[in-house]
Amino acid sequence: MSQQNEKYEQLKAAIEEHRGEKGALMPILQKAQDIFGYVPKDVQEFIAESIGCTLSEVYGVATFYSQFTLEPHGEYVIGVCLGTACYVKGSQKVLDKISEELKVPVGKTTPDGKFTLNATRCLGACGLAPVMMINGEVYGRLVPEDIPGILAKY
Amino acid sequence: MELFRSQVLICGGTGCSSSGSGELIRLFEEKIAENGLDKEIKVVRTGCFGLCQAGPVVIVYPEGTFYSRVKAEDVEEIVTEHLLKGRPVSRLEYKDKTVQSNVEKSLEEIGFYKKQKRIALRNCGRIDPENIDEYIAFDGYKALAKVLTSMTPEQVIDEVTRSGLRGRGGAGFPTGKKWLFAYNSKNEQKYVACNADEGDPGAFMDRSVLEGDPHAVIEAMAIAGYAIGASEGYIYVRAEYPIAVKRLNVAIGQAREYGLLGKNIFESGFNFDLHIRLGAGAFVCGEETALMASVEGKRGEPRVRPPFPAVKGLFGKPTVLNNVETYANICQIILNGADWFASMGTEKSKGTKVFALGGKIVNTGLVEIPMGTTLREIIFDIGGGIPNGKKFKAAQTGGPSGGCIPAEHLDVPIDYDNLIAIGSMMGSGGMIVMDEDNCMVDIARFFLDFTVDESCGKCTPCRIGTRRMLEILERIVSGKGEDGDIEKLETLARNIKATALCGLGQTAPNPVLSTLHYFRDEYEAHIKEKRCPAHHCNALLNFEITDKCRGCTLCARNCPVGAITGTVKEKHVIDVKKCIKCGACMEKCKFGAIIKK
Repeated sequence: MSQQNEKYEQLKAAIEEHRGEKGALMPILQKAQDIFGYVPKDVQEFIAESIGCTLSEVYGVATFYSQFTLEPHGEYVIGVCLGTACYVKGSQKVLDKISEELKVPVGKTTPDGKFTLNATRCLGACGLAPVMMINGEVYGRLVPEDIPGILAKY
Repeated sequence: MELFRSQVLICGGTGCSSSGSGELIRLFEEKIAENGLDKEIKVVRTGCFGLCQAGPVVIVYPEGTFYSRVKAEDVEEIVTEHLLKGRPVSRLEYKDKTVQSNVEKSLEEIGFYKKQKRIALRNCGRIDPENIDEYIAFDGYKALAKVLTSMTPEQVIDEVTRSGLRGRGGAGFPTGKKWLFAYNSKNEQKYVACNADEGDPGAFMDRSVLEGDPHAVIEAMAIAGYAIGASEGYIYVRAEYPIAVKRLNVAIGQAREYGLLGKNIFESGFNFDLHIRLGAGAFVCGEETALMASVEGKRGEPRVRPPFPAVKGLFGKPTVLNNVETYANICQIILNGADWFASMGTEKSKGTKVFALGGKIVNTGLVEIPMGTTLREIIFDIGGGIPNGKKFKAAQTGGPSGGCIPAEHLDVPIDYDNLIAIGSMMGSGGMIVMDEDNCMVDIARFFLDFTVDESCGKCTPCRIGTRRMLEILERIVSGKGEDGDIEKLETLARNIKATALCGLGQTAPNPVLSTLHYFRDEYEAHIKEKRCPAHHCNALLNFEITDKCRGCTLCARNCPVGAITGTVKEKHVIDVKKCIKCGACMEKCKFGAIIKK
């Protein structure tokens, strides 16, 4: 519980930092996503109360942007780029292969909480297409056959 | 400033960082120090060199030796051979496939760079973006000084107007005119904003400018502030661009420290400061009214225009909103004059345009070309053509709002108006090349899938109309297309274009319309003959075992539905009725005996 309290303390400090600033809800939510790894209802309520807006406003913003998640994600987040450059070079097949290997649909987390599989927007590493990212580590010029070996590293 | 006899420039852009350039920088510094050269040789982390295909890229000056795809284990050799003994490591030098000689010495001679003209990207790959002194050494903040000490706001706006610069974000609205509108809106508080929410898939021009030359954008925004009478600015940048965000923050900090942002800049009485706001993953926020709602901390939904931002923008105040690349041109226009800028390009599109070349092309990367260059020059002379001996089929520009340009238009000079005339658009500058293996119906489906996902849901034509279009396209690629589908797509497209609230919805049908225009036969083949001419759509393909089969039984054992039969050491057969077209057999076959038809 104390760990949870510590997180709320961090959030409180972040809110204070933005006190009086115009349009601060977005940066505060970004901070909350960072601190907690997701923005559950309790956190949204806390933010609404602290900055004096309604829960529906916070919820509206939190659900509008894909960066905010209402559920915790897995230990490793896999993002396969489905930008155009990657797509024309076969990233869909890479994504399908991961989904098949991990037995998890796109956008979901494995039951053991280890992997979350996402299809992401352009990562901008088009020179390495097709690419994917696992917790910030970039893998480029992929073919579906590379997948089992890469996943085995985690 | 200290002097060094040699400099090692290493690309620290996102592309090269992804392939390990950060580790290279560390290793170079380590090995250079080990050899006692750290007083003579400097390692510089620069922005993007453009030739991402060859990354990680390392350039050694003064020679200008261009090393490509450098690996960690190559560093020691470059340091001891080249830097210590003066013998360039030829096996690592970039080999240009577009010219006869096998080794190229300097950057300008490489085919990829020869036809380029770098204005917006002029400092990318040339300076350390985290060092304001290097920017200043290349005329940085000189334009701001000139504007503040010797020009009136009217003169600045006039200069930008006469240069003919048009918005590089896609729509191509004249920048000077936009500034004039904001100038004429009387209000005590005005804002300058920068759209760095580069969301088009396959487009990374703005990111490269921010990563490679952040001060150019900051300086230009201050100039815009002076021109329209604003003292505050916002940069709205994608959170997915961590390196760009970091360098912007560093640059803003340095500019404040030098008094180039803040109060009374150059003792002129002009005050200007900047804030950074991060996007949170919503494509629609690239639309100007949605972007401003997002900066205000709200859901990024667009609103009806007018009022335009120049009248009622951020927090209800007059606002000038320009794209990153637009700003990156401003300082050069101020320094070299409107006539210089207007001397480049075509009649109605002046200057240069940066494109992010990607897809089925030899030289993936970032290129800046004068307006009026043809697609053929970009793809074949600069881009090096299509890899693996395949045939060019189409180039896609304008992202989800644009269209596909077929081979018959390869010689059209590229500018805003010509691209619209051939059913595409400039867009922000993504250019994805496709070859004969890409199915154009599937590409249209891909883009619609994108828009459906990114539609904010505020207006019905976009929220529901694009979904109906996607459903039809999904049916067609899965072999369930019906007579009349093409006509339904056309009707929906027309209605959505006419009635959607913002640019995202109004342009969403473009990928379908342009592929229908140039590749209608592919749609018809899918619908009427249940055939995919590009052999891409799995549902329309039949797998077949050829005479190369040795009867190893591997395919039969891996088929999840038991559709393959045959005896050991004899040719196997696939029962097309049972086959679910998963492709597992083809992947497993060691003899290449299974083909898609």
